[in-house]
Amino acid sequence: MVQRISLAHGEGGELTHQLIQDIFIQSFGHSEQTKLDSAVLTIPSQTIAVTTDSYVVKPIFFPGGNIGKLAITGTVNDLAVSGAIPHVITAGFIIEEGFPINSLKEIVNTMAGEAERAGVRIIAGDTKVVEKGSVDGLFINTTGIGVMQEQHRLKPEIVQEGDSVIISGTIGDHGVAILSARNELGLLTDVRSDCASLNLLIHELLEEIKGIRIMRDPTRGGLATTLVELCEDFRFTVEMDEASIPVRKEVQGACDILGYDPIYLANEGKVVIIVDSNEEQKVLAILKNYEMGKNASVIGQITSCHVQTGKLLIKTTVGTTRRLNRLSGQLLPRIC
Amino acid sequence: MANMDLFSEPTLTRDSVEAVIDLAKRFKEEKGRIPVFMEVCGSHTMALAKTGIKTRLKDYVQLIAGPGCPVCVTDQKSIDAMIQLSEEPNTILCTFGDMMRVPGSKSTLMKAKTGGKDIRVVYSPLDSVKIAEKNPDKEVIFLGIGFETTIPILALAVREASSKELKNYSIWMTTKLVEPVLRALLSSGEVKLDGFLLPGHVSVVLGKQNYRYLAEEFNISGAITGFEPVQLLSGIYKLIHLQLEKKVEIINDYTYVVSDKGNVVAQSLIEEYLEADDEAWRGIGTIPKSGLVLKEEYSQHDAKKKFNISIGEPRVTKCRCGEIVRGLITPEECVLFNKGCTPAHPIGPCMVSTEGTCSAHYQFMRGE
Amino acid sequence: MCLGVPAKVIEIEGQRALVDVMGSRMYVGTFFVPEVKIDDYVLLHAGQAMTVVNEEYAKESIEEWRNVLDGKHGPFFRTDLNS
Repeated sequence: MVQRISLAHGEGGELTHQLIQDIFIQSFGHSEQTKLDSAVLTIPSQTIAVTTDSYVVKPIFFPGGNIGKLAITGTVNDLAVSGAIPHVITAGFIIEEGFPINSLKEIVNTMAGEAERAGVRIIAGDTKVVEKGSVDGLFINTTGIGVMQEQHRLKPEIVQEGDSVIISGTIGDHGVAILSARNELGLLTDVRSDCASLNLLIHELLEEIKGIRIMRDPTRGGLATTLVELCEDFRFTVEMDEASIPVRKEVQGACDILGYDPIYLANEGKVVIIVDSNEEQKVLAILKNYEMGKNASVIGQITSCHVQTGKLLIKTTVGTTRRLNRLSGQLLPRIC
Repeated sequence: MANMDLFSEPTLTRDSVEAVIDLAKRFKEEKGRIPVFMEVCGSHTMALAKTGIKTRLKDYVQLIAGPGCPVCVTDQKSIDAMIQLSEEPNTILCTFGDMMRVPGSKSTLMKAKTGGKDIRVVYSPLDSVKIAEKNPDKEVIFLGIGFETTIPILALAVREASSKELKNYSIWMTTKLVEPVLRALLSSGEVKLDGFLLPGHVSVVLGKQNYRYLAEEFNISGAITGFEPVQLLSGIYKLIHLQLEKKVEIINDYTYVVSDKGNVVAQSLIEEYLEADDEAWRGIGTIPKSGLVLKEEYSQHDAKKKFNISIGEPRVTKCRCGEIVRGLITPEECVLFNKGCTPAHPIGPCMVSTEGTCSAHYQFMRGE
Repeated sequence: MCLGVPAKVIEIEGQRALVDVMGSRMYVGTFFVPEVKIDDYVLLHAGQAMTVVNEEYAKESIEEWRNVLDGKHGPFFRTDLNS
């Protein structure tokens, strides 16, 4: 019989203790720091980066990962694109009564494995169990702390005309993998989520390349939304070349069927880099050394800076440009 | 399909643009003005905008977005009725994704869903029949919007529900037909159009022969075209060419999917299940026999008969979309433009679609 | 007005077919294309195959257009565009 989480697992008694021992401590370990009610730790820097994110992905398991992997990679990547070295992570679990204990074990194991790969420690956690129907299976919140190093500080203030915009690989993989895994629209595909920790790759970039101005991970809303936000936040105009954006053919096929545009689909293991154009080839060479960066491509240029309203433009085949907006609301399949 | 890529191949696309511009210049030399065509189909409008063709050609060829975006021409009152339908107890409302954000007079289906109504986006109408099968204790209603491409699929859904004897399945039919709206536009007075880019996928069902009335009764040409850049440009080229030759014809420039007769299976399914009825068009008003509804014998699947929802008359407004699509006025000449009518609160179809003529003017005006 | 995408037929089972668009697949209805065969391309709309694509015509149409661009038919092409 399938062992399931019950409300008693969340009541702080014997079952809670067991759950923590058997699942969380088993995978995450139990360091000295966590014997108090708070984790107490020394951070090797004056300046730290802090980020928090909640994960509510549906379905919880999908090709290429699960909610736990996403909870680690998402937070690691948020720290890494800010120029920080991810150091420690905390994790809060809100579990629906009836959730299979084996699934929870698998998710927690995945988190431990991903944390190890990314070189971060999970130092504090919390578990709550809620009544059936209060959440959809399992929600996870992670908070990450990263260490900032002065030599890795990003320099958005020196963005200049001619700077290159680079994407580290194919876009829309996560979006299509999730869409297909949900099985609602009948889409069948072998596309796997790209969810991966980018911190080692980003660390190498920051060590080797001095001209990196800005980095961001194009998650929800996709590449286009991320670039629109960068253009508006830092008041520059980007001209993007549609043909140079790497898209897997299966992702394009799925988009053609449903009337989606890959530039608005979510990514979970990609980074957009704005860099001095003199260093674009060096950046590409570093990216291409990694499996997750082998499809990296220069996708556009900064065409003007310090403008009133920053814009994202896309160059068309016939030589005109068209302004792109951020994703408006949720992506929905279209018939027209 | 190997050949499909050729229809968007960059060099061929650029050569095609040059060919169109050359011919359009010749038109201007001869006639002292630039040619004006209407792309009837909303997906053509989107493709012309997305590929940049509309912008690239704007000094040489004027392209007017027509009434062929099914969600844009759905009347506000009709959307209000759909939202009201979602408030019926024990109901699952199913819809194409396109409808979710189209504004009614006060709200949208998306907002109704956020408010807790069971509204589900499906890819195919047949998926909504499956939902009805799985939920025998719920009423499942599909919002049946669409032109002739989609209409046979709605009829197929009714056929499926009927053969499975699903008493809990119905369709809220608010479909639109191309011929009545083009006739209404062409008969309502002056039209400054040199031809139509005819909807490629509607023509798959209707066939080329369906458009004879344009040439024979209204003396206006049309080119049935596909949606790739080279296809659009080839269609525009051929329309200019007809003008220069002083010929009026219907051209099938999308022969690999459109035949003379159209899809006979689809046509006979439509005939079996549906009949023409008056339909309200957003911003244009009611056009006689411009939509298809379920025949009496299928009324158990007709949501309009099953549920007591009053739609009322379409809203009477000062919207001048009708004249804009006939090329008679520019959006700025409409009293509602940028006042009562904006992309956030659109009155007429030309403002609902992001690529509609009014919406495009609004964005341009704001320097976007 | 209506999105339509060419999709290759991989399998046929009664009134449905498995189709492929650049590696992504879907089961679609074939009610409107009773003549469909495996390896045909169909035009897909809202989960139904609406017609069988005639690949030969696609090829011809691109060749005809190339000829127009190359001026093989003179400044305008010769005959009635309608044929």
